[in-house]
Formats: sequence, structure tokens, C-alpha cells
Amino acid sequence: MKTIILRTASNYLLPLLLLFSIFILLRGHYLPGGGFVGGLIASIAFVLHAFANGLENTKNLIKMHPGFLMPVGLLVAFLAGVSPALISNLPFMTGIWFPEPLAVIGMVGSALFFDIGVYLVVIGVSLTIIFTITESA
Amino acid sequence: MLTAILTGFIFSLLLVVAGKYIKGKAAILSALVPLGLFIYFLQFTRQISSGEIITKTYEWVPSLGVNLGFTLDGISLIFTLMITGIGFLVFAYTATYLKGHEYLDRFYGYLGIFMAAMLGVVLSDNIISLFIFWELTSISSFFLIGFNNKEKASRKSAVLALSITGIGGLLLLAGALILGNITGTYSISEMLLSKDLIAESSHYIIIVILIFGAAFTKSAQFPFHFWLPGAMKAPTPVSTYLHSATMVKAGVYLLMRFTPSLGNTELWNTTLITVGAITMVYAAIHTLFRTDLKGILAYSTIAALGILVFLIGLGTREAFVAACVFILVHALYKATLFLVTGIIDHETGTRDVTRLSGLRKVLLPVAIAGFLAAISNAGIPPSFGFIGKDLIYEATLHFGNTGVLLTALAIITNILLLYAGFLAGIKPFTGKLPQSFEKAHMPGFLMWIPPLILAILGITIGVFPSIVQDSLIQPAVTAMGQNGSEIQIKLWHGFNLILGLSAITIGVGLLIYFLFKPSLKLEKGIAKFDKIAPKSIVESIGYGFGQGSKKVTGLIQNGYLRYYVSVIILFLVLLTGYTLLQNTKYVIDYDSFSELTVYEVLTLLVMAVGILYTVFTRSRLAAVAAMGVVGLAISLIFVYYSAPDLAMTQFSIDTLTVILFVLVLYRLPKYLKLSDRKARIKDGILSVVFGSLITVLALEVLGEPQGSQITDFYAENAYVLAKGKNVVNVILVDFRGIDTFMEIAVLTIAAIGVFSLLKLRLTKKNRK
Repeated sequence: MKTIILRTASNYLLPLLLLFSIFILLRGHYLPGGGFVGGLIASIAFVLHAFANGLENTKNLIKMHPGFLMPVGLLVAFLAGVSPALISNLPFMTGIWFPEPLAVIGMVGSALFFDIGVYLVVIGVSLTIIFTITESA
Repeated sequence: MLTAILTGFIFSLLLVVAGKYIKGKAAILSALVPLGLFIYFLQFTRQISSGEIITKTYEWVPSLGVNLGFTLDGISLIFTLMITGIGFLVFAYTATYLKGHEYLDRFYGYLGIFMAAMLGVVLSDNIISLFIFWELTSISSFFLIGFNNKEKASRKSAVLALSITGIGGLLLLAGALILGNITGTYSISEMLLSKDLIAESSHYIIIVILIFGAAFTKSAQFPFHFWLPGAMKAPTPVSTYLHSATMVKAGVYLLMRFTPSLGNTELWNTTLITVGAITMVYAAIHTLFRTDLKGILAYSTIAALGILVFLIGLGTREAFVAACVFILVHALYKATLFLVTGIIDHETGTRDVTRLSGLRKVLLPVAIAGFLAAISNAGIPPSFGFIGKDLIYEATLHFGNTGVLLTALAIITNILLLYAGFLAGIKPFTGKLPQSFEKAHMPGFLMWIPPLILAILGITIGVFPSIVQDSLIQPAVTAMGQNGSEIQIKLWHGFNLILGLSAITIGVGLLIYFLFKPSLKLEKGIAKFDKIAPKSIVESIGYGFGQGSKKVTGLIQNGYLRYYVSVIILFLVLLTGYTLLQNTKYVIDYDSFSELTVYEVLTLLVMAVGILYTVFTRSRLAAVAAMGVVGLAISLIFVYYSAPDLAMTQFSIDTLTVILFVLVLYRLPKYLKLSDRKARIKDGILSVVFGSLITVLALEVLGEPQGSQITDFYAENAYVLAKGKNVVNVILVDFRGIDTFMEIAVLTIAAIGVFSLLKLRLTKKNRK
């Protein structure tokens, strides 16, 4: 599938789609979206890039093994869960929030970080599976 | 006391990092661990002999009634001193015996775990923690028996020993649970108070059988004795420590420990006497047919264990005294003989008793140790063994009507034990030294000092029995529930019947030793009976079990993904379908349905076409694409019914799935073999049934009224409690956050699974 049109387009689509996925991730708390969908969109972005440019190029672009994102994501989600216990002595997974909303992003709280963890895990999982299958098939 | 038990475990853990330092010259330092523990337990002697019982309780799993309660009484003290004392000598011995061995640190690690577990067994007051330590001894012994894991025989023996003693451990657990149920406590000392309750219980027989099962497997009683000779594949220090002096005595310990609460009934005593008697005579006769020093000692150990079980079965005060004395006697001389055997093996490279002779000329101190141990083993005065033998005869003679028969059996066993002891302790050192052994030389002092210490101890205690009389024997017998007058252990009782019997034993034993010559021919002769031996029976049961599970596995796990999927779906259909048929009213409220719009009808049409195309197309890629169409149509439906979150997720998932399918199918061979007509009809029926089931299920869920309460709760509280307006997302990241966390963890595991499965195959291919 090495068409010049797709290859050219994918170079522009990749950052756009990634931005879009982050947008979906951030708006999740108020509007349709969230970490899971965001993560899926981000992985689709990379898969599209891999289709157009070959897996090797995509891998060089990412620089690290996507599987690395899984433990990182789990850690982020876990820390987001533990943070209330550490900061305010509240039970595990209680939502805590910064008092003032941040520009562009809006209210920031532990739930957002939890969602970021989900986002990273989903990217890690789907890319690991797809890349592994592509390589071995 | 907890620290004392845990020391062994901590020591082993430290070896993981510090192992490389202990392998060299520092190996001897590891012997400080058992030595320290020995001294620690020794200081309790004064308290114990004055009748005190030391208890310590630590909470462990209080909700289940499992506590770490430890009791140090007379019985425990004998065992702890044996475990740590002989442990010290064995640790020191190993430093030279396995000098420079690649895995010496591992060996010490296993030994440390074993020692700690064994201390746990004899000190636990809680029967559940006793069970856990009991299993730990089995597991550590598995590693020790299989230490030479490159030999097939070693591995086989290790598995055999683990399965036999492991089954025993499970029986112990079952017995413990029943006991705990009846008495309402898991503390052994508290169970003692409800002795009558246990004896009157209808489960008494089962309890006794279960406890016996545990004790007999561990202590190698007939017909479970066969794992012990196999366990001799282990390095000699292991045989010395585990399979003669300590672990196999755990079963004896269990019987002693439960004698006060379960014993003194017809069932208890008769069974123990019978099993013990069969074991001791059977194993003693077997010693005649062995030529391997370790084999001889293994069978004589089984015979000695038989004697102990037999004595506990007699149930009299005299018998308990004899048992406690004999435990010490046996530990001292048997450990010596094993250590001596180890030295012989180490220096000459053979354990074949028919080839060994004259070694006294090169290994004089070892010969002295062997000689002294053989004397004690034979019960020749003034050894400790003489006292032990006298006490045994005294106990059997005074046992009612069958006393004469039991004495006769004890004499036969002792005669043959004498023969075995002489064969192992004296035979290799007497006679002419063959040329091939002239180069043998004394090993390092760490190897010959330990057996010498033990052997001299065996004689010293014989001359001065008062050393152990009040400090060890008296409290142990008291702990077995026999209070009474003070025990007097003496070397010389005057001329009486027992002395005569002793003389007969020694005389006949010596006669056999001088006249009977062990030979390979005899050993082969008895091998013919192996087919009906309990070992072969158990092995064939094990083999049959393996074959059976292979067949079942072959039937269920046939490796075809399509079968797995159909089985899973079929199971779900049957289970859910049955429940639905039983409990459903099939009332569908048609009024609650919204009206169909043109868009929906069109989407449904697209879906139907997609499905039909998937089923009937002859191209793989087309089928996958059609499936993708169906998925996209579903996400459209989600959009119509205002579930944008679901629609988005479905859309992305669908895209990824199609990509995955294409990736896999793209590489598949071009030729196309579709499933035949029959299989397709079968799959079709299953799919239709499954689809209908889900439909019915969905309709039923709609009919359930309480669902709306949950919806309302989330709708009302999403913003109030979680500051979010998107209820779905709030549920995912906040209300049910832990669920989500588990889910992403599962996803990760799945990805690792896919990765390792495929990568593993790749590396194999590369290797070819």
C-alpha cells in the first residue's frame, strides 16, 4: 500500500489525529470522549502511518517500544487512584480537584490523570498487538 | 521464638544476594545459623525440665482463626535440639563435602528453608500453621532430593517423594479442618481440653485416618515407605539430615503430639502397633538384600521409624519413655552412619558394600566413628543404644497378652538392625585394603569431626544417661500425657530376662553378620517382587492418571479456535437459556418502543446485506470488509439513540479490528478452504440461537423496572459528586474507577500474552 498520496497525507494526518485524540481525551469529562476512545484514535493514527510508510518507519518515529506505554499508563492510573490517599487522606480512588480551572483544559483533577493512564495503556496495548502481529505474520 | 524460626528463611533469602560469597571459604560461616539456634533452644532446657511450657502467640490471619502460636514443651524441645544440633554438624560437613560445587549457595538456601520449616512444624501450636510448615518441609525436601537435577533418577525420586508426602500433607489439612470444626479452635493445646468431644464425635474415625495418613506418608510407614530409599539419591548431607534424623521424624512427632488428644483408643493403638510392626519387620528384612550402603541405611531407617510408631501405639508410659529415648539414640547413630557413608563415598567413589574393606588403614578417625555408631546401633553396652533397646523390650514385655509376640517381632527387627549397622559402620573398615583404595585419604576435618562428635555423644549418654533423663525425656513423656513417678534411665538393670533377650539379639545379630554375605545376586532376586510392591502400584496409578488427563485434555483442548468459541457460546446459551426459560414471563411492552424512522430502516438493511455477504462470500478480505460494514452500521444505531460515546468507541474498535483481520489474512496462503456444508449449518444454528438469546435478554432487561434507579443515581450525582457532565465517562473514571483499572490491567496482560506467544514462536523459528 505504498501510494504516494496516502504517504504524503499520512505525514500530515498523524499529528492531526494525535491532537484530535488528545482533544477527545480532555473533553471526556463533559462531552462524549475519554481516555479509551482517545487511545484508540491515537493508535489508529499510528497504524495509518505504518500502512502508508511501512512499519519500520513508524517504529523509528516512535523511537521506543509501544509496550513501554502499558506499565507507564498503569502507573499513572494507579498514582491517580492513590493520590487522594496520599494528599488528603481520603479513600482510594476518591476524586480530588484543583480549585481553579486551567486555561483550555478546564477543571483538572485526579480523574483526568486516571483517564490519561487509560489513554496510554490503550495505545500501548493496541499498538503492541498490531505491531507484533504485523511483524510475525 | 518467631525470630528463631524465621532465621532460617531470612538466611535463605540473604543467600539470594550473598550467595556468591558463601560459595568459597566462607561456607563454614553458614553453620553459625544452626549453631546459634541450637544454643538459643538449649537455654530453655532448665525451664522445660522444671515443667514449664513456653508459649508465644502472634496474630496472623485472625479472621480465619489462624494464628502463629508457638509452644515449646518437652516433645518440641527434643526435636528442636535434634534439628538445630544435627543441622549444625550437617551444615559444617557440607562445607567440605560440596566444596566448590557450582550451586553450593542454593544448597544452603534449601537447607535453611528446610530447617526453618522443620522448627515451625515442631513448635507450632496452631494446626493450620503446622500444616503450612509441614508442606514447606516437603517442598524444601523436593529441591534437596532433586539437587542433582541433571540425573533422571534424582528428578524422579524427588517427584515421587513430593507427591507421597504432599498427599499426606493434604490429608493433614483435611484432618485439621475437621478437628477445628468439632472443637471450635485450631490451637492444639486447646484441643486437648475437648478430648472427650473429639472421641465421641462421629467423625473420630475419619480424623484418625487422616492424621495417620499424614504421619505414615511422612514417616515412610508401610505401604508408603518406598519414597525413602529413592530419596537417597540426594547428596549425603541431605540423607543424613532429612531422611534419617529430622524430616521423616515429623510423622512420629505428629503422632506424639496428638497422642494426648486423639490417642488411647482401640483404633489408635491397634492401627499404630500393626502398621509399625509390619513396617519394622518388612524393612529390616529388606536390609539383607541391599548392597548399596545408602540403601541399607535407608531400609534400616524405615525399620527404626516402624519401631517408633509401634512404641507410640503401645500407649503405655514405658513405651513412651522407650520412644523418646530411641528417637535420640537413632538420630545420633544414624546421622553418624550416614556421614561416615558420605566420607567413604567421597574418598573411594563407591558405596558398594561388597567392594569396600580395610579402610581403617586410611580413614582411622572415620572408622572409630563408624565403629562407635555401629555399637550404639547394635545396642551393645555401654552405648546409649543399649538403654534404648532395653527400654523397648521392657515396654513390649509388659504389654498384656500379646506381649510375647510383640517382643519377638522387636527382637527380629533389632537383630537385623544390628546386621545393617555393622555392615555400614564396621564392614568397610575391616579386612584387607584393596589396592584401588590405597590412594584414599582423610577428608578435611569438617567432614570427619561431625560424625565423631555424634558417635562419641552416643556412648557418653549411654554411660551417663542422667544427662538427658530429666532435661529431655521426662518433659517429653509428660507432654505426651503420661504424668507419674520420675523416670529412671539406667545402663545396668541387673541380670534379668531383658538382659537375656539383649544378649540373644546381639549374639544372633553377630552370627548373621559373620555368616551372611550380601551380594548383587540377592539384590536382583528381590527385584523380582518389585511388580507387586506398593511402589509399582502407586507408580502405575500415577501413570494411569497422567494418561487419563492426557486424553481428557486432548478432547477438550484440541487447539482449534473455532471449537473453543462454539463451546463457550454453547455453554452460555444453555446456561442463560435455561434460566430464561425458568424465570421469564415474556411480557413485551410494545407501547414503550419508539417508532421506526427511515434512517433506522436503511441502516438495518445495510446491516442485513453486510451479514449475508459475510456469510456467503468466497473471499476472505470481502468477508472481513462486510463485517466492518456491519460494525459501522451498529455505531450508526448508537448515534440515533443518543449514545455518542458508544458510537465513537464502536467506530474506532471496528476500524482496528478490520485492520487486524486484514493484517492476518493478508499473509495467509491464497487457496481457500471453506468449512463444509454440515459445519456451516451447525454454526449457523448456533449463531441464530445465540442472537435470539441476546435479543430476548435485551428485551427482558428493558422490562426490569429497577434499572432506572441506577440510571437516575448516576445522572443526578455525576456532576454533584464527580464534577463531570458526561455520565458515561464519569462512571468509567470515577464511580467505577477500580473496575476500569482492573480492565486496563487485563488489557495489558492480554497484550503481553499476544506479544510473548508470537515472539516466542519467532525465536524458535530463528533457532532452526
